[in-house]
Amino acid sequence: MRTLKEAKIGETVKVLRINGEGATKRRIMDMGITKGAEIYIRKVAPLGDPVEVTVRGYELSLRRADAEIIEIE
Amino acid sequence: MSVKIALAGNPNSGKTTLFNALTGSNQFVGNWPGVTVEKKEGKLRGYKDVTITDLPGIYSLSPYTLEEVVARNYLVNERPDVILNIIDGTNIERNLYLTTQLAELGIPVVVAVNMMDAVNKSGDEIDFHALKKTLGCEVTAISALKGTGIKETAEKAVSEARRKSFTAVHKFSDEIEAVIDEITAQIDGKIPEEQKRFYAVKLFERDEKILNSMTDIPDVSDIIASAEESMGDDSESIITNERYNYIASIISSCCKKKNKNKLTVSDKIDKIVTNRWLALPIFAAVMVIVYYVSVTTIGTWATDWVNDCLFGDEINFFGASLPGIPALIGGALEALGTAEWLNGLIIDGIVAGVGAVLGFVPQMLVLFIFLAFLEACGYMARIAFIMDRIFRKFGLSGKSFIPMLIGTGCGVPGIMASRTIENDRDRKMTIMTTTFIPCGAKLPIIALIAGALFNGAWWVAPSAYFVGIGAIIVSGIMLKKTRMFSGDPAPFVMELPAYHMPTVGNVLRSMWERGWSFIKKAGTIILLSTIVLWFLQGFGVENGSFGMVEDLNNSILAVIGGIIAPIFAPLGWGDWRSAVATVTGLIAKENVVGTFGILYGFAEIAEDGAEVWGTLALNYTALSAYSFLIFNLLCAPCFAAMGAIKREMNNAKWTCFAIGYQCVFAYAVAMCVYQFGNLFTAGAFRIGTVFAVLVLIAFIYLLLRPYKESKMLKIKSKSLQIQRRYEK
Repeated sequence: MRTLKEAKIGETVKVLRINGEGATKRRIMDMGITKGAEIYIRKVAPLGDPVEVTVRGYELSLRRADAEIIEIE
Repeated sequence: MSVKIALAGNPNSGKTTLFNALTGSNQFVGNWPGVTVEKKEGKLRGYKDVTITDLPGIYSLSPYTLEEVVARNYLVNERPDVILNIIDGTNIERNLYLTTQLAELGIPVVVAVNMMDAVNKSGDEIDFHALKKTLGCEVTAISALKGTGIKETAEKAVSEARRKSFTAVHKFSDEIEAVIDEITAQIDGKIPEEQKRFYAVKLFERDEKILNSMTDIPDVSDIIASAEESMGDDSESIITNERYNYIASIISSCCKKKNKNKLTVSDKIDKIVTNRWLALPIFAAVMVIVYYVSVTTIGTWATDWVNDCLFGDEINFFGASLPGIPALIGGALEALGTAEWLNGLIIDGIVAGVGAVLGFVPQMLVLFIFLAFLEACGYMARIAFIMDRIFRKFGLSGKSFIPMLIGTGCGVPGIMASRTIENDRDRKMTIMTTTFIPCGAKLPIIALIAGALFNGAWWVAPSAYFVGIGAIIVSGIMLKKTRMFSGDPAPFVMELPAYHMPTVGNVLRSMWERGWSFIKKAGTIILLSTIVLWFLQGFGVENGSFGMVEDLNNSILAVIGGIIAPIFAPLGWGDWRSAVATVTGLIAKENVVGTFGILYGFAEIAEDGAEVWGTLALNYTALSAYSFLIFNLLCAPCFAAMGAIKREMNNAKWTCFAIGYQCVFAYAVAMCVYQFGNLFTAGAFRIGTVFAVLVLIAFIYLLLRPYKESKMLKIKSKSLQIQRRYEK
């Protein structure tokens, strides 16, 4: 199982599923990270966290801890 | 016929610009019932009976964030006649996600596709005819910034409002539609026809806040369970997936994207600005500019001019010299021959109080221009992105950096700068801790103590800043774990909006709105407390009768100081003079020095109080003086800052909690320093030491106790139920 946390900068990955429940999961999905969505990992913040990704044509930042619940292909 | 329009849309979609364009200056600002989220309403230009309510910027109608709950409570309870949904044309896919949810409410929706100028420029194409057909509602093209298409959109919204009800036309996959139909059948007859889909979907999602508001809830748990089983996901995620699948299916037929992989200007800017190596230096440079202009130079010049000239002795205006306002009014009162106490009240109470309020405004306006610009151009979100790693550990936001930086100059604009933090919890935490940083007015106290007791030792001033930063960190960790703060989940999943140049009008408007709200909301409390303290300082028993006193030693304040002094005994400075100096510090922190001067018999005193150093050294030990310093640095700030806290908390209970916390925290820290200091330097173990040990244990417990972030939003949906009953 690979998660978004492990994805490398510059990679484009496809979402398999989102684990967990409640507010964080819903928020991540509300922002467009849903099953099948393509995510391009753009960059990491200067201090190593959070990461910036492109999803559905816009820029989104999320923490590595939250990226861990996103399973990717 | 009066019409209610609700303006809804994602953050960064240009909603505020559109709202301003639709309403002009005809706006009123209030509060959403029961919460501290600001509510803006206005009348549509040219229509006397059309009210527009600006809903908070939201991405979804989920039950997890305060803004979303506020927005949907309004939509469900108040049922506006029409929803004007503004969407960002450059980011249609995610913006339509909210649209699909709004369309299910059964209220007519008009979709305004914003930023059409940017869409056209990039060569993308949107087929409005197809979009209108697939969404089943009116769709217009606008540019809120340029002001195009706004009038037509408003007219469409007003005419759509007459339709009264609306049925969403979008459909999910057959499998899920069958399940929704099954649930709809269960609520048949209990819910008005046009709202059935909304409630059916919410029932399926197990949305507790909506369930609690319904009376007679059918049991659909079997239906949900079997659907979850067959689709292998939880019901909430199934619906979210379905919405995005639906949007993806219509996007391909309605929108044509040109140059999918070409870097936009915004991308190029971002490449530099948040570059791994350049981000921090650029951030530092931006902060230096903000600080330099608003605190060191222009802002302070303007504020000093108001304080020292306009509300001071004389106004110098290009060589011409005019008397300041106090002198002007004083002269007028003298001519009228009014009583001395009345002169005192007007000049030292009211005029000084108004001066205290207005004195902060110029500096604040300068700062607000920067904040408005940083927010509107998109850099503020990047600040959160860059600084999040450091600040989140203390329950603060990356955006807390600016309030704290400005707080080193003056806490009042510092607190006001916390407005840029969207997350309720982070914002409250920032408001509570910003004034721990020593502001400019606290420097004279530091100079006084360092000079009188420490021979002007170099380390006293830096140590004050370390105490301040330490207080923020410790408070952040402790408060984060309290019930008041741990309640609400705060996932940091943040959009980084595209950079764009804000308009001068919007920046100035935002500046003025914030400045004016400070004058209005913080002004009253500052004015009132200045007058009360003027009275306590100026009146008392002298020569056997009550009246105005010449000598502060005879004032009511001195009596109060004597009464409260013992409270500070465990801190090592239980004499009434210290207590009085602390109280007068509430007007402005630098007053502490002046008060010592007066109490020790000096009429005029230098800023660092050099005249009283000798006397002070006799009355204090190094430890008790340092404890006095710590208490005065950390305790309740000046009245102006308290006014700002009240303004930003927007809630009396939270204001009291914040100020109460600061005082208790200051007391606890000062006591620990004094008692443990005594224990280690003099080996003095007293009853106070026991208390200090207990306080220390409490600190350690509060810092280390386990903590789990909540998954549900805890705000009460009380307003929801009351409203419903009222409707019946």
